[in-house]
Amino acid sequence: MKNKLNGQSVKNLIIRGAHIVDPANKIDEVMDLHVKSHRIVKWGKDLAAEDAEIFDAKKLHLLPGLIDLHVHFREPGYEHKETIETGAQAAIAGGFVACVSMPNTKPACDNAQVVKYQMERANVLNFNLFPAGTLTQGREGKKISEMAEMKAAGAVAVTDDGNWVMDSGVARRVYEYAATHGLPVMSHAEDQTIALNGVMNEGIVSTKLGLRGRPNAAEDIATARDIELVRLIKCQLHFQHVSTIGAVAMIRRAKVAGLPITAEATPHHIALTDEEFLRYDTFYKMNPPLRTKADRQAVLQGLEDGTIDVIATDHAPHAFEEKDQDIEVAPFGTIGLESSFGVAMTELFHGRKWKLEEIVKKMSLTPAEILKKTNFGRLKTGEQANFILVDINKEWVFGEEHVHSKSVNSCFYGKKLKGKVLHTFVKGYQYTL
Amino acid sequence: MTQNGQNGKIKWTRKDLLGLRDLSAEEIELILDTAKSFSEVSQREVKKVPALRGKTVVNLFLEPSTRTRVSFELAEKRLSADTISMASAGSSMSKGESLWDTIANIEALKVDLIVMRHGSSGAPHRISTYTRCGLVNAGDGINEHPTQGLLDMFTLRELKGKIKGLKVVFVGDILHSRVARSNVWGLTKLGAEVVICGPKTLIPWGIEELGVKVVHDVKKAIDGADAVTLLRIQMERQNETLFPSIREYASTFGLKTELFKLAKPDAILMHPGPINRGVEIESALADSPQSYILKQVTNGIAVRMAVLYLLSGVIKNEK
Repeated sequence: MKNKLNGQSVKNLIIRGAHIVDPANKIDEVMDLHVKSHRIVKWGKDLAAEDAEIFDAKKLHLLPGLIDLHVHFREPGYEHKETIETGAQAAIAGGFVACVSMPNTKPACDNAQVVKYQMERANVLNFNLFPAGTLTQGREGKKISEMAEMKAAGAVAVTDDGNWVMDSGVARRVYEYAATHGLPVMSHAEDQTIALNGVMNEGIVSTKLGLRGRPNAAEDIATARDIELVRLIKCQLHFQHVSTIGAVAMIRRAKVAGLPITAEATPHHIALTDEEFLRYDTFYKMNPPLRTKADRQAVLQGLEDGTIDVIATDHAPHAFEEKDQDIEVAPFGTIGLESSFGVAMTELFHGRKWKLEEIVKKMSLTPAEILKKTNFGRLKTGEQANFILVDINKEWVFGEEHVHSKSVNSCFYGKKLKGKVLHTFVKGYQYTL
Repeated sequence: MTQNGQNGKIKWTRKDLLGLRDLSAEEIELILDTAKSFSEVSQREVKKVPALRGKTVVNLFLEPSTRTRVSFELAEKRLSADTISMASAGSSMSKGESLWDTIANIEALKVDLIVMRHGSSGAPHRISTYTRCGLVNAGDGINEHPTQGLLDMFTLRELKGKIKGLKVVFVGDILHSRVARSNVWGLTKLGAEVVICGPKTLIPWGIEELGVKVVHDVKKAIDGADAVTLLRIQMERQNETLFPSIREYASTFGLKTELFKLAKPDAILMHPGPINRGVEIESALADSPQSYILKQVTNGIAVRMAVLYLLSGVIKNEK
């Protein structure tokens, strides 16, 4: 059993001398922050309050809590991979205060009851879970799900996740219906008839390894179709885990044309390429697959010019026994919550000289804006404390000891990281990592 | 003549043969040189040498195979090894045991070498790092079939005296062919000119980058060839929409006597088998004097003896 992270209820605490970076509030300086009864009272210079505990945070940075638009918490139905409890633990360990859960559960999250169940589980655990519901009933790509009821129950978006709606006629109606109820569509853009039984990116590496490939065209064709549907319908659409040169270019053009499109990239597409597959290790089997160096460069470029708005993990836990099978049989996916901030800091802040506020935007503020959750992605007086304290220069090597997910299928073991979350404050509880 | 795993140039150091992708030209030549000295054993009246006496070899065939399995079994017996063969049907893997557990159990039986055929590309590569047993890849998914590649090269070298500079053509389903892939790695390393021919649906993406030429017109491909290897069209792939019909495949890519005349007069014809007469190869051509299909089968034993012998030397050194 992994050691469980226990939150300390914050009653009256002054965090002293942290460098606060909060782009929404245009803060980028050393200040104090006062939390009382789980809520942010105020921030400023040299705060004093009678009987408040003092937490010395000199040399640390205080950032709004991270938000992940793309996680798989597997409950109900696949509790052997992850539960909402272990998923929340993984999130907190990575500095995430809120997550959007994908609906590929069993049963699928295609009705209000499942949405309610997931939210209640998260509430008991004191975690902010925003479920995504399905686009179609049973994720079968045929009939529209009960989106209005799901939204009323708390669903924040709709998606059929890995089952991209192949039938364009159905997709049109489903996206129109989602737009009717103001639910963003999250699109795992992939033409499954082309991706077929591929296990990795189709390219010179798959040819060398004798493995079946999933070509860029599978993502590009689906991206092109969805852009045209957005042009027709003007629905809000969010492209998940963008991984190809072509998709980045098309999304860039669509945004220039003013279409209501947003996009995410994963830490593994930011940091890795298909050459990782050379040892036939199934921990690198994910969908979309790790692509070529040129694709990775396009994703980085897209993040930097604003084409790609957010970093999301696609945290996809699978039991070791499931991953430890033949390459063709092993399921797709890597966990990502615990390593995401470290990877982003290493690759982008240190590696490509990003400003810290850019990291905050991609991992907290913009995800909150996409969800229209105005209490998140920024500090707000009177609201629950959802923020993190980080050491931007701490060097560490990612290992299984950092994993709090129920599953251990990470593609980042052994990676040297620089930048680590030390404390996560969620709903007024402090978790020390 | 080779001795103790060396041919005067290099010494064999690997405990596994996973594929020709990993090997250097020198290592491939060492195997071929070693096979030459073993090929004579099968000509004797007593077809046996004591090279692997006291060694135990397990043939783990997790995908149906007859010719490769029989060839390995005979190679092992002619080296005086103790051998046993297992198939997935009837083994505990059909009861859900994982490959790791199967290998661990085999290892616990104090086995020296495992010869493995597996339906999944990369399966032997993943296993090899976990087991102290020597491992021979007898075919993994659509990836490699290194001993087949080696025996093709051995046959070619035997008949042509060299490999460098030869034009070697492969016609058929390259995409799903582990035989073609092993040949491509091996032949390009030894300096042959490799030409791949088939419809685009059966050619892997970007294979030109491995140093081969892709030609879709079978006449152009065969023109001036020193050797032509035909690959079987896998009947089970007919419903994948890779070609319209067996009939059209046979008429566009099947090799006929007339077509084969475009190759050099002394060109040789090879096929890893099993052959589909009248599909990829005209029946008369398969039986013609230029066909060395059965010679390949004979040579397979010598090549496999050489591989087992070289690997067993390294395992011995480790103890």
